[in-house]
Parts: sequence; structure tokens; C-alpha cells
Amino acid sequence: MVETTLVTPAETHRPNRIKWGAIGDHTILILGALLMMLPPLLALTTASHDAVTIHREGLQLTLGDDLGKNFRTAMFDKGGFTQTVDGMLMLMNSFILGIGFAVGKIVISMMAAYAIVYFRLRFATLAFWVIFTTLLLPLEVRILPSYEAIQKLGLTNTYTGLIVPLIASATGTFFFRQFFMSVPEELAEAARIDGAGPWTFFVDILIPLSKTMIAAIFIIMFVFGWNQYLWPTLITTDEGFFTLVRGIKQIVLSYTDSQIPEHGQALALAIVAMIPPVLVVVFFQNWFVKGLTESDK
Amino acid sequence: MAQVSLEGIRKVYPNGFRAVQTTSFTIQDGEFVVLVGPSGCGKSTLLRMIAGLEEITEGVLKIGDRVVNDVDPADRDIAMVFQNYALYPHMTVRKNIGYGLKNRGTPAAAIDAKVQDAARMLNLTEYLDRKPAQLSGGQRQRVAMGRAVVRDPALFLFDEPLSNLDAKLRNQMRIEIKALQRRLGTTAVYVTHDQVEAMTMADRIIVLNEGRIEQIGTPSEIYHNPASTFVASFMGAPPMNLIKAELDQQSVRINGCRDLIHAPQSFDGPVTLGIRPEDVEVDEQGLVSFHVDILEELGAHRLLHGRIANQPFSVMLGKDDAAQVGETKINLKPEALRLFDRETGLRL
Ligand SMILES: Nc1ncnc2c1ncn2[C@@H]1O[C@H](COP(=O)(O)OP(=O)(O)O)[C@@H](O)[C@H]1O
Ligand SMILES: [Mg+2]
Repeated sequence: MVETTLVTPAETHRPNRIKWGAIGDHTILILGALLMMLPPLLALTTASHDAVTIHREGLQLTLGDDLGKNFRTAMFDKGGFTQTVDGMLMLMNSFILGIGFAVGKIVISMMAAYAIVYFRLRFATLAFWVIFTTLLLPLEVRILPSYEAIQKLGLTNTYTGLIVPLIASATGTFFFRQFFMSVPEELAEAARIDGAGPWTFFVDILIPLSKTMIAAIFIIMFVFGWNQYLWPTLITTDEGFFTLVRGIKQIVLSYTDSQIPEHGQALALAIVAMIPPVLVVVFFQNWFVKGLTESDK
Repeated sequence: MAQVSLEGIRKVYPNGFRAVQTTSFTIQDGEFVVLVGPSGCGKSTLLRMIAGLEEITEGVLKIGDRVVNDVDPADRDIAMVFQNYALYPHMTVRKNIGYGLKNRGTPAAAIDAKVQDAARMLNLTEYLDRKPAQLSGGQRQRVAMGRAVVRDPALFLFDEPLSNLDAKLRNQMRIEIKALQRRLGTTAVYVTHDQVEAMTMADRIIVLNEGRIEQIGTPSEIYHNPASTFVASFMGAPPMNLIKAELDQQSVRINGCRDLIHAPQSFDGPVTLGIRPEDVEVDEQGLVSFHVDILEELGAHRLLHGRIANQPFSVMLGKDDAAQVGETKINLKPEALRLFDRETGLRL
């Protein structure tokens, strides 16, 4: 399909030859896509059966009758030990975490990159590399001190405690730094002569120019934040702060009084948890590609 | 409108590079001054110091009666046009032109009126709602001009504003910029490496070389009386011929053979002899032998490139004068001869 050969007039008269290469490419792509689609599909079909069937027979390949019921129970029935959390609350918590995480990272890393690139700070380069080396210290490595700090601050079981410790971003700072460095210096100088101070320049010029970049980073970070598991597990013990990703496991545990685990509901919740990141990527993929490849200067 | 004066201005970059040696000059109110010189000679540095984008290492800079060394660029009452135009890509032409006024708190209605005026002056009215990416190079250049004129500043600063245009457009914009500056009567400092731009646009030219001023003068003075071999070879196309010669009182000797040329002034010793290609005549009875290697047909005139006494030499002839490749004789107009010190390159 993506063949760009020089077509001479003589060749245009020939019937289209079968492009074996293209067929091979597509076969591989289709197989890959099917392979990727299989687990979510299985989750969906299995979620349409009742708990007993799933417990007895394992994963289901056919659609059963309980799809609606499982989704409804998972999303709207109060559950958990306290019988106060439903899927909707967890969905909201996931959104708060995903958006807070992404927005926080963007704000912080844009400001850091702005300071590093545009102000003749004495140790700007050093500061940048120090920020950059934090890539070697992901949350998992520093999780104990981080937990200790948040606990001492009394921020466990708060949205602040959930989000703020995660928003420092070396990756974001790096991307924005590279982008700002590619913006012509004369733009800042012209704005300076036009009477724009540092803040005005940032808001009037730099932020609009970074639009696609911001969108791209938002997508990555939203998905990343949405899928956080370890930190939320540590920092929130109150079920009112549970996110979907955590809640899935909770359903399986909390329904086990004397019954078999509600696997159907858990899978329904897993599908709900998958949808927002997928939608974000599907709807913003144009921006995403633009932001990472071209820059609108 | 303002007079600009530089008193003992010097620039040393933080890395120790001396970009501009101590310089002093004054630009008169309403004057169009062109800073010209080869790439890297410090033109932009000098201009950017006037704009306030680069710190002045030493010296006093005055715009009008005010010392502006420590004044922010926004408060110097200047406008600058950059080589790459530096238009704000996400703003329409209207917003681009009005941005400086908006930041200065001008009421929206007044901004609109001024932007309209500027756009009319620059034939941009129908493009006001486009973004820079939707404009041609020439139109972008005009928007950059619009951004400068709309604020009615005391001083225009141009840093190679035409370098990104093709030759035809460049000629046209050259005339437009000059005409606009005349009409507005605003003092202007214009930086270029193109000696044609300098010659055609300037009221006065400042020739820079390696951070030093080589000469300040009107285009005619610079052309006819270059102060050094550098100016002689940099200004004018084709450049002035420069050949090594010996002077014995007023008689000139080139490469040992005594030719009967009379120098306009008396000197003893080695000199560099300068003469413009158009001040040479081909003459069978001429006193200097000239070997023509190449004949260049330029339409209005023709250029002969060759050697005299094994040194490169060019002659410009009218389009009707006969010429051919090979050995010939020429005469140098004595009154057009310029003598330079062989060592220092300075005019004798
Ligand atoms: N920020 C800087 N730091 C050090 N040297 C610089 C800086 N900017 C320019 N230079 C040097 O100063 C000299 C003059 O530069 P510039 O004024 O831009 O020349 P041009 O005449 O081409 O405009 C050049 O040799 C350049 O390398
Ligand atoms: Mg320059």
C-alpha cells in the first residue's frame, strides 16, 4: 500500500500486480492486532456469565446472559467492607488521579523547563542534569521515604497525598526543554521589545506554541497516572479513595463471605478501567503524533 | 525621532570574545545608517547593544538625550526587524502587529485603528486575519515591518531583514523600506553583509571589520575614497583592483617594470595601488600590458578578468566597447588611482 515507485507511462497500462510485500505486512499486522485484542475480548465474554459458571469452567469464549447485570452491579452497587463504594466512585477517583497527575506533571515540568531554558541561571545546565538523573530513581526505589514523608505530613488518604508526590517529572521537563530550545531565540527577543515580561511571554507565546506538545504529554501522563497501582495502594487505606485499578482486586476479596468470588464483576470493572485511556488515545492520536514529531513554530 | 550616540562602546562576550572594539559615532535624527561588513564582524552585536538585547560592556549609549545603557528594550522606544522575522506563529497578522501596543495598555479601539493604518501602508489589509504560515516570504517581511512601524518608535533597527528573500523581492523591498523610512522620517540603523544594500539604502555607511570601524561615510565617499584596502575590496561589485607596486616619488613601478604612470601623490617605497575597474581604458597605445583570461558579458557592460604583472586585475567596459581574450594594453586614469600603505592597508 505504501509503495511509492516512479510510475512511467508504459507501466500505467499494465494491470495492477499483486503486491506480495503488502500482503505479508498486513498479515503480520492483523495477527498482531488479533493477539492484542484477545484478552479484552475474553474479559468481555467471560464477564457475561455468572460467578458460578466462571468459577467452575474458567474463561468463557461465548456470550452469556449476565453481561448487563455484572456491569450494573460492579458500577452501581455499594460494596467493599464499608458498603459505601461503588464503581462510579472509583471511576471518579481514577479520573481525579489521572487528570491531576497529568496536569500536575505538565505544569511543573513546563515551569522547570522555562526556567532552565530562558533565564540565564548560573547552574541551569547542572540543575537540568540533576533533574534528569532522577529518572534513575523512580517511585519504586524511593517508595519508603516518600511514604514516610507523606505520612508525617498527615496526607495519607487525601487526593493531595495521592497526586503531589508523583508529579515531579524528569521526562516532561526534558521534552519541554528540548521543545523550548527549538523555539527561535528571536521570538523571545521580539516579545521583549514588544513589551512582554517573562510571565506574559510564557502565557501569550510559549504556552500556545506548546499546545501539541502539551496534548501529547497529557495523553502519556494521563494513561500513566490512570494505571498507577503501587502508590495508591500504599497511601490510601480508606475505600473512599480507591481507584478502579485497585477496586478490581477489592471486589474479588470483599465478596467472599461464604460465596465464590464475583469474577464477572471484576472483569466488568477491568473493562471499564480500560476504556478511558483507550478513548483518550483514540481521540487525541493526531495531536499526539504531531506533538512528538513536528512543531508548529 | 531621535539622535543616537555611541560613546566608547565596547563588547566583550562572557566567554572573553571581543566582538566590538571601542567605537564612537553619532547617528543624526532621521538618518538611515547602514552597518556593513563580512559575517562575524560584530554588526549584530552592535545593533543588539543598541536594542538592549545585549549588555554593553563599556561605554555610553544615548537615544535622544537619554542614557539607555540600563534601560529595558521595551522602554527604549525602538522597534526591531529580525532576519527570520520572528513573527508569533500562532497569532494572526492583526494580533502580531498589535501585540506591542496591547502590552503597553493601548485601548483596543486605538490598537485596531493603528493596525489598520499600518496594514494599509504595507498593503497587508487583506491578509490581516491570516497566520504567518499562510503568507509568502515577502508578506511575512511586511508583517515584521508592520510590527515595527505601528508603534511609531524613535528608532528602527534592522538586522539583515532581506536576507531570506529571493533576489527580485529583495530589490523591491529594499526600495520599499527606504521609501517608508523617508516618509516616516524615523531614524534607522540597518545591518547587512550585502554591500549593494548598503550602497543603495544608506545615507551614511559604517564599514565594520573584525569588530572595528574601518570607515564611516556617505556611499559615494566610501566608493570613491575608501579608507583602507579592506573597504576598497569589500565595497563595490566588482571590487576595486588592488595591485602591489613601488612608488618612487610620483612614478609608479609595477613588478619591476617602470610604467609611465603618474601617481596623484608623492611617496617612496612599497604601496598597494587601487583603481576601480571602470577607471581603466583599453588602449592599443596604452602603457600597461594586461592579459585577459575571461570575458564576462553583463548586458549593460562587460568585465574583463585577467592579470597585469601576474596580479589579478579586472576591467569594466561599456557594452559597445570591443574586447577579446588575450594580450592587450590599458591605461589607468591617474586621477582615479588610490594609494594604500602596503603594510597597514591604510590610505596614504
Ligand atoms: N553570545 C556570544 N558569545 C560569544 N561570542 C559571540 C556571541 N554572539 C556572537 N559571538 C561572536 O561575536 C562575533 C560577532 O558576532 P555577530 O555580531 O553576530 O556578527 P555579524 O556581523 O555576523 O552579525 C562572532 O565572531 C560571533 O562568533
Ligand atoms: Mg548578524
